[in-house]
This record gives sequence, structure tokens and C-alpha cells, in this order.
Amino acid sequence: MSRTWTIKIILIIIFIAIMIQSGVQFYMHRHYQLEHLAGPGVTRVEKLSKYCKGLEGTMADTHVFWLEGKEEGGKMLMIANTHSNEPAALLTALIFLENAVIEKGTLIIIPQFNNSGSRGTRPGDGYPLYFEIPTEWGSKKFRMGNRDATPLEQWPDPDVYIHYPDKQLLSYLDIRNTNRTWPGRPNGALMEKVTFAAMEILRNEKVDLALDVHGAETMFPVTNCIVAPERSVRIATMATLVVKAREGFDNHVEPSPQGFRGLSHREIADFSDSLPFLLEAPIPFLDQPTGPKTEKLLLDGKDPFLLSLSKQQKLFVPYDETGWPMEKRVGQHCSVIQEIANQFSRKNAERAILIKNVPRYADVVTNGVGFYFHDPAKWTKDKIYLN
Amino acid sequence: MPIIMIIYYVITAYIVGMLIWNFVKEKKNIDDMILYLVILVPLVLRLLRVK
Ligand SMILES: [Zn+2]
Repeated sequence: MSRTWTIKIILIIIFIAIMIQSGVQFYMHRHYQLEHLAGPGVTRVEKLSKYCKGLEGTMADTHVFWLEGKEEGGKMLMIANTHSNEPAALLTALIFLENAVIEKGTLIIIPQFNNSGSRGTRPGDGYPLYFEIPTEWGSKKFRMGNRDATPLEQWPDPDVYIHYPDKQLLSYLDIRNTNRTWPGRPNGALMEKVTFAAMEILRNEKVDLALDVHGAETMFPVTNCIVAPERSVRIATMATLVVKAREGFDNHVEPSPQGFRGLSHREIADFSDSLPFLLEAPIPFLDQPTGPKTEKLLLDGKDPFLLSLSKQQKLFVPYDETGWPMEKRVGQHCSVIQEIANQFSRKNAERAILIKNVPRYADVVTNGVGFYFHDPAKWTKDKIYLN
Repeated sequence: MPIIMIIYYVITAYIVGMLIWNFVKEKKNIDDMILYLVILVPLVLRLLRVK
């Protein structure tokens, strides 16, 4: 055998080994199941495909948890993991799912809204495949997902994404982004079906409040805030003022843009009667100029480059050596969500939504996020849902 | 499978064929051999429909 062919065969063997090794890792990640523990408040569990048949049997289908109070009242929908690389949302949703007790009204939780996105990664950015939250009984392991649904579910992308029904031209990538495909349609792309199913819940069930929970870069102006369209602004403003005065953390209101289509807060406002809110907490991990995208950076938010940028006042949030730990972000979400429900309930006593047994900002910062997660080994087996 | 997908698979298979052909033909440049293999990875995975 010639020397050239010896080199070629060695190269082929190396590449097949790399392909198998990485392929197995991606396969394990994609099929890793997270345990969702249905807490004392959960009264029924559905699949999203109930509201849009086209989702049945696809990786885009996901669980919808209903927490119905003894007394009738208003309804609130909480959506997390619209972007699966903003995990404070998922952690917040699971705290509500495992702990919340509803005294009046109904809370509907979709913890992994873009289920497909949570089963992909962004290898070009060197994302960790998993992250772990320490708890009293060990650690709880989560998939770290990507912003958009994977092309494995929805492919090929168009050259230009034409938004339905507005026909606005958007980036081709955003056809897999469940915060650009609202209000969706039953016969459109898979992610349009996902948002359409959520719209069906909002419209059919006459949901009062729709909360879409996110995280945003510290260098992005729309961070640490509630994005609200005109009719939600009053409640959003009251909520930010109350958390600032009582709990001491900053949060401001950003108006939902009129001319930018496909966003949850925009389309829910225009195509349903619900009051939409989009919650952003800072996530330094997503900023471009940081060190390696490690699990540690994801959890503690400490980065020397951001620190130096902060000294030059290039960031839109306060930032110091303490970084921006996950406890703070999840704590903020917990408090803001409860405060929005409070503010709505004060003005609409008939449609009140009273949520008990969920920690607030100071509790989560003191105890950590893992404190609120229960041991699956000690949980009733038929109350554990895999997703 | 919609017609557009079939066309995509045909294009993918064609490029895979061309890359393998280039790899086989390459006599000296090891950098180029590695390059062909790197580009082959996602295309092969797509053809095999590995999820
Ligand atoms: Zn987001």
C-alpha cells in the first residue's frame, strides 16, 4: 500500500471515531429525559398536541400542566423555555410546578415550550450539553438547549421567513424561533403549530394573563425588564414598582414594538383577549464577549470581560465581581410572576389568581434554586412526567 | 416526503460523492484530505438520517 493511502486510511479511521463519539454524545443529549415532578397544585396534565393535532408524535409536542384552585377565578398561562438556552425560565417553571398551591383561579404551566430546541445544542458556540443544580438530595441534571428548534424537526429553512399573517420578512432562522412564529397556524411550519396550540389555549380557555419567561444578554437594552403591549403596561409598571420597593431589585417596563411581528407579547395582544407579558432576566452566558461558555458561567454569571465592560458602562444592568448568579435570576422571575398575578387580582376580584407556597426573590437568593426541587426517588411515581 | 426534501437529499448525495471522489484523487496535500473529511461529516449524517 502506498504512503498516501496509509495516511488516508488513518485519517478515515480518526474521522469515523470522532463522528461516532460526538454522535453518541448528541444522541444521548437529545434523548435525555428530565423529570418533571407534579406538585400538590397539579390537577391534570395534557399534551400540547391536544390543541393542535399536527404536533402529535413529533419532538415538538410537550407537557401542559394544569393547576386548578378549589375556587374558580382567573387563569394565567406561564410559558418557559421558549428559548431553551435561557434556563432560568425552566427552573422558575419547575419551582412553581413542584411547589405551588392555587387557592383561587388556575395556573397553566408549559415548562418546555420549544421542546425541540431543548434537544439541540450550539456546538459552534461551545455550549455545555448539560448543567446541574445542586440540591439537598444530590444534583438535578438538565439539558442545555438552543434558542431555535433543531433542523432535525423542521427543515429546510426558507431563504427568507415570511411571517404569517402579517407577511413581514424576517430572518430565515427565525422560522424555528418560537418567539417569532406567533400567532402561528395549524397547517404551517412545526413551530407555527407550537405557537398556534398556545394561542388556542389562550382563546378557548379565556386565559387572562400570558407570561413568556426568558433571559437576555447584559449588553442588550431589553434585559432585566417586563416587555408589555399597551394594555398590559399598567399591571407591568405596578409590578416593577412593587418589587423594587418591597424586594429591592431593579426591573423596568419596555413597550412591545408595534411594527415587529411574530413576538409573543405582540401577537397575543393582537390575536387574543389575554394580557401578555414577556419577562427578561439578565444572562451573562449569552453575551458575545465572554470567556469560554462553561456550565460555571451559566450558573454564576461571573466573567472578567463583562466586568471590564461594566466599568466602561457598556452594560445595561449593574454588574460587579459577584456576577449574576442563577439564584438572583430565578428569584426575580418568581417574584415578578407572583406580583403580576397580585396586581391583576387586586383590580379583578372575580377573576383573581391566588398562588401560595412559591418562594420570592429573597428566599431563592438565600436558599438557592435546588432547595425547591424535590427528590424524584421519594416522589409518587405516577406524578413524575418525563420530558 | 415533499419533493423539495427529495431534491435536497439528491444534492447532498451528489456533494458527498464529489467530496469522496476528491478525497480519493488527492495525492499529496494532507490538509486538503482533512478538509474533505471535515466537510463530509454533516452531509453523511444527513444522508444516513441520524437524529
Ligand atoms: Zn429569549
